[in-house]
Amino acid sequence: MPFITPDQISEKYDVIVVGSGAAGGQSAYTLSMEGAKVLMLEAGRKYDPQTETPMFQTPDQAPLGGSSTADKNFGFYDATIDGGWRVPGEPYVQSTDNPAGRFDWWRPRMLGGRTNHWGRIALRNGPYDFKVMTRDGLGFDWPLSYADVAPYYDKVELLVGIYGNNDGLENTPDSGPGCLLPPPPPIVCDLLIAQRARRIGVPVIAGHRAVLTRQLDFKNSPARLHPGNPRAQQIIAQDMRQRAACFWATPCGRGCAIRANYQSTTVHLPPALATGNLDIVTDAMVHEVTLGRDGLADGVSFIDRKSGKERRASARVIVLAASSCETVRILLNSKSAHFAHGLANSSGKVGRYLMDTVGASLGGQIPLLESLPPLNEDGASESHVYTPWWLYKEQLAGKLGFARGYHIEYADGRRMPGVSTFASLEWLTGGSYGKKFKEDVRRYYGSFVGFDGRGEMIPNEKSYCELDPKVKDQWGIAVLRFHWGWSDHETRQAAHMQQTFKNIIEAMGGRVNGAPQSDGAKAIQTGGSLIHEVGGTIMGSDPKNSVTNQWGQTWDVKNVFVTDGAVFPSNADKNPTLTIMALAWRASDHILDLMRRREL
Amino acid sequence: MDRRTTIKWMLAASASMPLISKRAPADVVTSKVPVLKGYGTDPILTRDYRRGELWPLVMTDTQRRTAAALCDVILPADDVSPSASSVGVVDFLAEWVSAPYDQQKYDRTLILRGLAWIDTESKRRFGKSFEAINETEQHAICDDICSEKRAKPRFARAANFFARYRDLTAGGYYTTPAGRKDVQYIGNVPLKSFEGAPRSVLQKLGLADVVMRTLPQGKLT
Repeated sequence: MPFITPDQISEKYDVIVVGSGAAGGQSAYTLSMEGAKVLMLEAGRKYDPQTETPMFQTPDQAPLGGSSTADKNFGFYDATIDGGWRVPGEPYVQSTDNPAGRFDWWRPRMLGGRTNHWGRIALRNGPYDFKVMTRDGLGFDWPLSYADVAPYYDKVELLVGIYGNNDGLENTPDSGPGCLLPPPPPIVCDLLIAQRARRIGVPVIAGHRAVLTRQLDFKNSPARLHPGNPRAQQIIAQDMRQRAACFWATPCGRGCAIRANYQSTTVHLPPALATGNLDIVTDAMVHEVTLGRDGLADGVSFIDRKSGKERRASARVIVLAASSCETVRILLNSKSAHFAHGLANSSGKVGRYLMDTVGASLGGQIPLLESLPPLNEDGASESHVYTPWWLYKEQLAGKLGFARGYHIEYADGRRMPGVSTFASLEWLTGGSYGKKFKEDVRRYYGSFVGFDGRGEMIPNEKSYCELDPKVKDQWGIAVLRFHWGWSDHETRQAAHMQQTFKNIIEAMGGRVNGAPQSDGAKAIQTGGSLIHEVGGTIMGSDPKNSVTNQWGQTWDVKNVFVTDGAVFPSNADKNPTLTIMALAWRASDHILDLMRRREL
Repeated sequence: MDRRTTIKWMLAASASMPLISKRAPADVVTSKVPVLKGYGTDPILTRDYRRGELWPLVMTDTQRRTAAALCDVILPADDVSPSASSVGVVDFLAEWVSAPYDQQKYDRTLILRGLAWIDTESKRRFGKSFEAINETEQHAICDDICSEKRAKPRFARAANFFARYRDLTAGGYYTTPAGRKDVQYIGNVPLKSFEGAPRSVLQKLGLADVVMRTLPQGKLT
């Protein structure tokens, strides 16, 4: 009985996994497929993408044409339940009213967490990204190298299905043989971007996203994923057969009922449940890891959200995968005589070095793309192409004025019109209405391109979270208070993005909508708003200035592991999810090893 | 997005909808709107919602008639597609201005005041309400307010209303089947394979030779 109630929790778990997103899903998958008995505790409700996903629904079927509201911040059809920038009854606190010091925190309350709605952009960190301090003297090196993680990137790509090409570009790693699925063909605007951006020295290559452009290789991959484990191979082979390839319609952000993209609920959890080794309790809000007399964790305390009652569960090993900040919050709330300032916090670094991705955006209109014939450009929803960071040499030589790079994501094509698609066109139409406005709409539809820069932030002392001394959530649990500050490296990078976007738009013969922002502090988007927050329990090689070792194992309590983004000591421009999964797999392998050796 | 896809694309398409700004009218329309809740943080996503089932629609018959006339001035029937009012855009607008969310509450004031203004202006100029005057007369008023950039100072507020009204009318219209057909959106259907654009289209745009793969030398074509 895989989904159980708190009353059905047995005493005999090897591992408790807190959280069910990319990290929790991967951890539970790896552990249960290899025979460990796992209890997963998820704060949100049970969620079934196969019955709940609005596939093919159109905006006119939704309230307000599907627009964003305070209840559904990314629009009606976005696969986020009971959350967004605010979770009812569960506040968080800003340390300042100054917008530059603000941190926005996106949280759902649902099985699978943010993997249900994420962008599916799945990029590997490169060799430089793990040794940033060695390369430019800033931030922290990871206590592992690209070579340590590469086999796990391969495994995750084989398991979840990532499309992309191997382009052999600097610090933009190729995948192992057979790991990538073929990328979808570029849409018209993608090709124009590629042609024109390349003329000004900006590369454009196939995107990498977690979408099945064809069925997974259920014949060969299982043995590569689970060598020597025929039962696991059989389970995953069977599951891979049941995942359909993309049928090129309906946006990924709604989730996918045919399981053609990655979300924890459609990829990690079904095979993990099929092992019989995984039990899941939803509506279980973990707030504390409890410590036994031997100095090891003996379990967790959680609130059963349905009854409001405090409950407990115990296991040999505790894996925190609640999302970076929620993991920090659990540790800081786990106070004991031993750990007065929170569990595993002897370094004082729990909550420190919080990072997000640097974001800046600009849009343009491209006359060459006006009045195209009808084309179905839904494709895989987005990002058939992207631009990896390309100025490594100039940057290392100190020519750019900021130390780390960014990649560019493009938003283009003849997408299904939404409520805002034809809003604010006066800059092009001069304010037309009537038949002329209808003609203008036909002319301009599909001729817009949006540029989103996604850059690396260097960890700093100003950006962290801690427990607020006063504010509690509806369960009486202390909440987080955020502190945030950018350095010149980030704001200059954001200004550079703006200039690059303008240059590309002009190279495409287009017009910039508005003006590029030369003041990076104004161009940069709010901290946290990119929803790539990592850090908070960073890994390192020294217990004095890090919280975990390279396996996410806390230095202070050897049976407590962190497998989510909290362990990142740097935040490359590459979107973090693929790396979270690779590290979670690697950490889980290590946990299995230690358990087999009876060291845990 | 992506979770950000929709949002990103909206941003790409245009500047995002104007949020509550300093241009907000100082006084507030007094309509009897009870304190309402929205659809909550966990609505069922897979069903069809009817306008008015989630919150009562606040527009009066008079307001609806003016709204219909104005949205048909903005999006009239032509050879390609029907008029805005004939595909339910007034219901969309009524749902919008009745909704209990901040943006919509702001729009309620702006839109209902604007509709009242345009009727008053019509009576002042032509002695009849806006729905009753002819097309030339309707255009005479709209020409004064259709551009926020060009509108004379005394029409600045009305131009602000018109811009928002046009955005919402277009929002309601192009999200209907008729609107999607008008712009020749042909997606949202399952395909066996995705092939990209036909070669003839790419040739016309000079894009037929652009390749996506990096050459062995690392040189991009």
